Amino acid sequence: MKLSKTAIGFVVLIAAGLLAPFVVYPVFLMKALCFALFACAFNLLLGYTGLLSFGHAAFFGSAAYVTGYVITQLGFPVELGILTGTVFSLGLGALFGGLAIRRQGIYFAMITLALAQMVFFLCLQIKATGGEDGLQGIPRGFLLGFIDLSDTLNMYYFVLGIFLFGFFLIYRVVHSPFGQVLKAIRENEPRAVSLGYDADRHKWLAFILSAGLSGLAGATKSVVFQLASLTDVHWGMSGEVVLMALVGGVGTLFGPVVGAFAISTMENYLAGFGSWVTIIMGVVFVACVLVFRKGIVGELNTLIKR
Amino acid sequence: MFEWLGITPQGLYGQLLVGLINGSFYATLSLGLAVIFGLLNIVNFTHGAQYMMGAFVAWMGLTYFGINYWWSLILAPLVVGVVGIILELTLLRRLYQMDHLYGLLLTFGLALIIEGGFRQAFGISGERYEIPEALTGATNLGFMYLPNYRAWVIAASLVVCFLAWFVIERTKLGAYLRAGTENPKLLQAFGVNVPVLVTLTYGFGAALAGFAGVLAAPIFQVNPVMGSNLLIVVFAVVVIGGLGSIMGSILTGLGLGLIEGLTKVFYPEGSSVVIFVIMAIILLIRPAGLFGKEK
Repeated sequence: MKLSKTAIGFVVLIAAGLLAPFVVYPVFLMKALCFALFACAFNLLLGYTGLLSFGHAAFFGSAAYVTGYVITQLGFPVELGILTGTVFSLGLGALFGGLAIRRQGIYFAMITLALAQMVFFLCLQIKATGGEDGLQGIPRGFLLGFIDLSDTLNMYYFVLGIFLFGFFLIYRVVHSPFGQVLKAIRENEPRAVSLGYDADRHKWLAFILSAGLSGLAGATKSVVFQLASLTDVHWGMSGEVVLMALVGGVGTLFGPVVGAFAISTMENYLAGFGSWVTIIMGVVFVACVLVFRKGIVGELNTLIKR
Repeated sequence: MFEWLGITPQGLYGQLLVGLINGSFYATLSLGLAVIFGLLNIVNFTHGAQYMMGAFVAWMGLTYFGINYWWSLILAPLVVGVVGIILELTLLRRLYQMDHLYGLLLTFGLALIIEGGFRQAFGISGERYEIPEALTGATNLGFMYLPNYRAWVIAASLVVCFLAWFVIERTKLGAYLRAGTENPKLLQAFGVNVPVLVTLTYGFGAALAGFAGVLAAPIFQVNPVMGSNLLIVVFAVVVIGGLGSIMGSILTGLGLGLIEGLTKVFYPEGSSVVIFVIMAIILLIRPAGLFGKEK
């Protein structure tokens, strides 16, 4: 029963992804897909391992910068550029994850936030990142040398492909023996340790994976919008991805996707209202924590089970 | 002494003074975080917004009602503390039975609301707050000129920190507080009204942040985003010191402020990240923090 529900979900997701650009503005869809991948990657850590990272913007943003830099300055082709950005955030994830998992719970959140702020300051100061201006005018180029990505539809399907790859990877990880151990650690870490699992090693690997996929999302975003900026590494971005996962449903497979689309839509409509975006995001945060802890998909799941 | 590095003694003392001032803000804020964390088991993400509110209440008092600095120093913390108490009674209270992470997320949401509200009302350019007349000017110490207001900020925050330490570690009320940190149920069984204690503690922590905000108003611009950037550094300070000890928070805050000041002298490019780097090193060699106990 459960498997077939997921299978239906996958078919719906792919079909919707293929048809959507003919109904909805494709640039918006690409933005939402990048954030959906980002939120799914984040959810791998919070939802399936029980680790709240408040510094995921570091991976998202630094991958965006690295990708932008190697494409504009070193003339890398687009797919290699995205790969470089992703590998960079994998490495950064290994480093930060190794430090952060040394403490638990709220300390983990504070450490990741502080480390991400360090990345923010570095991006502000280093010459290669363009300081306040960021990296602008990153060329989209040609995929595999012949598919013109400046064409919006081509770019869209490329982004969709990357998203589906990341999403399927997360699905496979979550449903693998490795994923089961992660869930065991989330539920009861001392018990998982007593059963002989190396909890720190599993947490570390989950962190690296999550960081790498966040980087993939950020790298793709920088190619789509041809821009890598300080917003991408700011703590506000880390907060936003927490909110997306929370709204959609932490610990559900499709929740972060729904959450990312919901928050992106909201931002689109509120873009002209200045700081109201921040205020409303805060209100949604408070509402989610107080009365709506399962998120949209979580609540739907309980409804269906009834 | 360091002339061969192109550093004048005046420059060195000046930066050390700036470091000491930043350090006293770190100390006051991390002290408030530690007190709140001890009893409520939440990391108060609203702390930065409460610091900013303190500064804004002082500025609004002066601009709209002509309330001078000295009254603001009392009134602003009271206002921020009362707002904190209302938040605790209406919202935070509902989460004590749940995972601590929810408290963090809730206070983060509240911080967004407060910060966004002030940004919507006052813009992000910032407002000037004049130094009160009695504290303008500077004193010649022989080796440097010490601006009076800066001396006052350091003295005032050290006194407040010490008072807080004294109340918590040496008085009956503080004993209740520490008992509540150890075992709230048992304390309740002894007839102490723990929920009221918790509410007042949160109010006190918020008021402490508001007090720091008033102190900061004449030094930095009064700005809606002044709190959030500072708070992240304070989090790093807290990770380094550990939330377990009051004196530990004070000493770590001051020490890191000084180190930051020194970095500004010898390697200015590194001054914005030095505290985070120290945090990473501490995590490697002493994961529980300098004054923390590993659970």
